[in-house]
Amino acid sequence: MSALEVVGVSKIFNQGTPKQVDALVDVNLTVNPSEFVSLIGPSGCGKSTLLRLIANLLEPTSGAVSVNKKTAAQARLDQDYGMAFQQAGLFDWRTVSKNIELPLELKGWDKTKREARAKEMLELVKLPEFADLYPWQLSGGMQQRIAIARALAAHPPLLLMDEPFGALDEMTREYMQGELLRICGETATTVVFVTHSIPEAVYLSNRVIVMSPRPGRITSVIDVDLGSKRNEDTRAADGFFRSITAVREALRGTHAEHASANAIRGVEDR
Amino acid sequence: MSGVNTTMVGARGIGRIRQVAPTIVFGVAFLALWESAVRGFDLKPYFLAAPTKIFEQFFKNYSRIWEASMVSGGNAFVGLVVGTVFGIAMSFILSRYRFLGELITPLAIALNAIPIFVLVAVLNNMYSITSEIPRRVMVTLVVYFIVLVNVAKGLTQVRSTHVELMRSYAASEFAILRKVRVPNAVPYLFTALKVAAPASVITAFVSEYFGGLQNGLGSRITSNIANSKNAAAWAYVLGACLLGLAFYTVSIIVETVTRKGETK
Repeated sequence: MSALEVVGVSKIFNQGTPKQVDALVDVNLTVNPSEFVSLIGPSGCGKSTLLRLIANLLEPTSGAVSVNKKTAAQARLDQDYGMAFQQAGLFDWRTVSKNIELPLELKGWDKTKREARAKEMLELVKLPEFADLYPWQLSGGMQQRIAIARALAAHPPLLLMDEPFGALDEMTREYMQGELLRICGETATTVVFVTHSIPEAVYLSNRVIVMSPRPGRITSVIDVDLGSKRNEDTRAADGFFRSITAVREALRGTHAEHASANAIRGVEDR
Repeated sequence: MSGVNTTMVGARGIGRIRQVAPTIVFGVAFLALWESAVRGFDLKPYFLAAPTKIFEQFFKNYSRIWEASMVSGGNAFVGLVVGTVFGIAMSFILSRYRFLGELITPLAIALNAIPIFVLVAVLNNMYSITSEIPRRVMVTLVVYFIVLVNVAKGLTQVRSTHVELMRSYAASEFAILRKVRVPNAVPYLFTALKVAAPASVITAFVSEYFGGLQNGLGSRITSNIANSKNAAAWAYVLGACLLGLAFYTVSIIVETVTRKGETK
């Protein structure tokens, strides 16, 4: 049984007008339960569009998306996935705890149950003492951890992340990557993760999906075999570098028409 | 333990004094300069009254200034409340039906471009000469536009991440309004009130210059000047300043209490 299935999906913006953009053409993707999959590619390759199609924030022009054997629309109504963005997107006027409770409020949970769950999520992201603070009192990394706690508050089987660590400094970023792997391991959550960073994609993922622009499509899929227990030593392992090289070469292929290796714009090497 | 606390309070007190001291010193120095200029150059009272004379008049006419302040302040308050209520109501309608906004915005800009005080003269003709209504309508109009423009901005300019997030939770438009748009508009409302509160006082007493009842601060200033009682006129100006300050201070207190902890 697959956690997520994308079958023959295309997304064309402004169809039939001079401004037509083929954001995605014939994308097929199957993600297994508890799998961590990253989408990587240069700007305009449609990776964020694909994430929004899975989230049902956009409708595909053709093809179908199913989450947990449901249509994407039904999955959204049932809150079968949680979402996190580059900006933590916390609400300034809500305390940390109330931010985490928001998706539960919308599900109609009662107060006691909500507060208990918020407490549990704060333990999960290791920030239990911050429940009654407001977002501005937290660092960027802490805010992003709260955003992850909020995304997982309703215990969704699927987590969708759009460059969640893109705005963080390198050290915080690596710490957050470790935390994310721990949290997803503990909760057995399936993750689809959009990123610009090759090492980030490799470190986190079971599979890295390489995409290419004009038209947006999947060009290669790279299996990352670093085992399920990853830690800071993983970043120095041979397999880690082999996979980074494999992803980098696959990305170069997406720019074959430029015949120049340094034409990979929008993809960070760090 | 208590020793530490006392020191901390003491340190904070000194910090506070350091903060306000320059302002107080500047204010006192300015008044001293004014006073000595009037005395030194022997300026005539009809040209410029000395601060000491103004304060003397202020305390002598204290009860009359208080009464006039209540009249002008009452008009300002009624206009402020009614204008705020209408402004908020209209901003909700405009943010819900965008096309109405496109229809009304040019009209609102055009209305703002005309010197709005002249409307008082027209309103005075519409109502009896003993009515406070024209001034209150005037204040309402001024406050209404300030509140409308700001709150409408707060309701519509929400962060796209927030809206996407709410849609990912399958939230209804009403839920997005209640949990995102309205809270987002609250700081905008207070920004509007901080501008509208002093503006309501100014509007209330400038409106008195266009006729009607002669019982407010504005009309007292005019009549005192007409009678060459310059220092008394200044005393009423001082009253007007204090009234405006009072309105502004209250708007800040209301904001602080309402949004406790949310911001730095």
